[in-house]
Amino acid sequence: MIVDPGIGMIGRYCRFMYLVMGRPEKWGVFGRRILQETYKLGVDSLGIVTLISFFVGAVVTIQLANNLDNPFIPTYTIGFAARETIVLEFSSTIVCLILAGKVGSNISSEIGTMRITEQIDALDIMGINSAAYLAAPKVVAMVVSVPLLVMYSMCVGIIGGWVSGFMTGMVPSDEFIRGLHFMFKPYYIFYSIFKSSLFAFIIASVSSFFGYYVHGGALDVGRASTKSVVVSCVMVLMVNLIVTQLLL
Amino acid sequence: MIEAREISKSFGEKTVMHSVSATFETGKTNLIIGKSGSGKTVLLKSLVGLYDVDRGAILYDGRDVTRMGRHARQQLRQEIGMIFQGSALFDYMTVLENVRFPLDMFTTLSAGERRKRAQQCLRRVNLEAQADNLYPAEISGGMQKRVAIARAIVQNPRYLFCDEPNSGLDPTTAGVIDSLISEITHESGITTIINTHDMNSVFTIGEHIAFISGGRKLWDGDKETILKSDCPDLQSFMESAVRLMSLGK
Repeated sequence: MIVDPGIGMIGRYCRFMYLVMGRPEKWGVFGRRILQETYKLGVDSLGIVTLISFFVGAVVTIQLANNLDNPFIPTYTIGFAARETIVLEFSSTIVCLILAGKVGSNISSEIGTMRITEQIDALDIMGINSAAYLAAPKVVAMVVSVPLLVMYSMCVGIIGGWVSGFMTGMVPSDEFIRGLHFMFKPYYIFYSIFKSSLFAFIIASVSSFFGYYVHGGALDVGRASTKSVVVSCVMVLMVNLIVTQLLL
Repeated sequence: MIEAREISKSFGEKTVMHSVSATFETGKTNLIIGKSGSGKTVLLKSLVGLYDVDRGAILYDGRDVTRMGRHARQQLRQEIGMIFQGSALFDYMTVLENVRFPLDMFTTLSAGERRKRAQQCLRRVNLEAQADNLYPAEISGGMQKRVAIARAIVQNPRYLFCDEPNSGLDPTTAGVIDSLISEITHESGITTIINTHDMNSVFTIGEHIAFISGGRKLWDGDKETILKSDCPDLQSFMESAVRLMSLGK
């Protein structure tokens, strides 16, 4: 039956997460690894997040301006709609889907390569909980850094929209800024950050899981990497639906 | 001393190890030999605890690993050193960091003491100080094996496992690696188990040899008695190995 492998995989994932939550052998080493991973997974993603956020913010504003050309709709609505789009969905969900591709494949292929080159066996032989040593710092680093990246993305996206609005002459600067202030609900920021933390956990844990259980060679590492990105994306979209229904 | 008592291991429907019993003595280089696919790697990985056996017992100086809990097993593993076929050095660490790593994780030594101990082990395996700050990708296969030996002995293990330690090396370097392992075994009085199909190793360092074929132990003895064995599978293995040696492969 097709359900059996799925249930088996969920069981293995739960067992893996139980190992990941194990007590670190040395807190000092664990702390250092969190810092290294935060730099590698978070800081190194700043470039792509900046680029995508700026241009998507700009495009969203132009498209809104083109579609909201009814004289009965005030111009500041464009700023308002751009803000809502960026804060509620783009910066949290779309940026996380992009990170699932960039960071997820990185995590999965790194751990998978360590598996096939017996580096994970070497950790196990030393008496180290390899799942916790490898995956826990990545999960913590992602849960900490992704919400910060999401907040950064919100700022850059809105700047992108503002710049494109006055550069194209479609939305005057003051109108755009008025729209940004219009009906602003701080709860939406909390909601966005909360769900991005969940997505970060999913991306890091699912990618680590697929990497950790790789068998075979380089081809299998590639397959695991692809699978981890696909499963992470599907999970992110499903959790997004549930969280949106529950929190909004 | 490590003792395997009638251990069996299956993967799915396929049984790869059938009721194997063997004793590996302390202070000796114990070799497990056999053709590729004979089950010797499964036996070694079962002995070291990377695979859980389906039946039987594995005793480390009387302590049964198969009945140990996870915590006790992790404690025992700090008494074990292992050299992997592909060295299994951590790519993101330098040579010195690789060797120092077990000390960083499990000892309360100061940073200076850990560094000194790691350097001591690297010098013991004849690696120059210039190599300390290089990454594994920047050194040769033979040097990687020596780093792996240094990492394996840095915590003064009581048990040393080597999975094909000289595979992929030229005969001279392979001989150097064999000699190093043998010397370390005798000077520290540890229990060493080496998995190999290299007949040079058998005749130079094979103090106790177990021959595995089809997942069964068919013969055991030493390098003096191996040529007199009447086990047909061992004779055929020896003939093909010697033929390949004479062809220089």
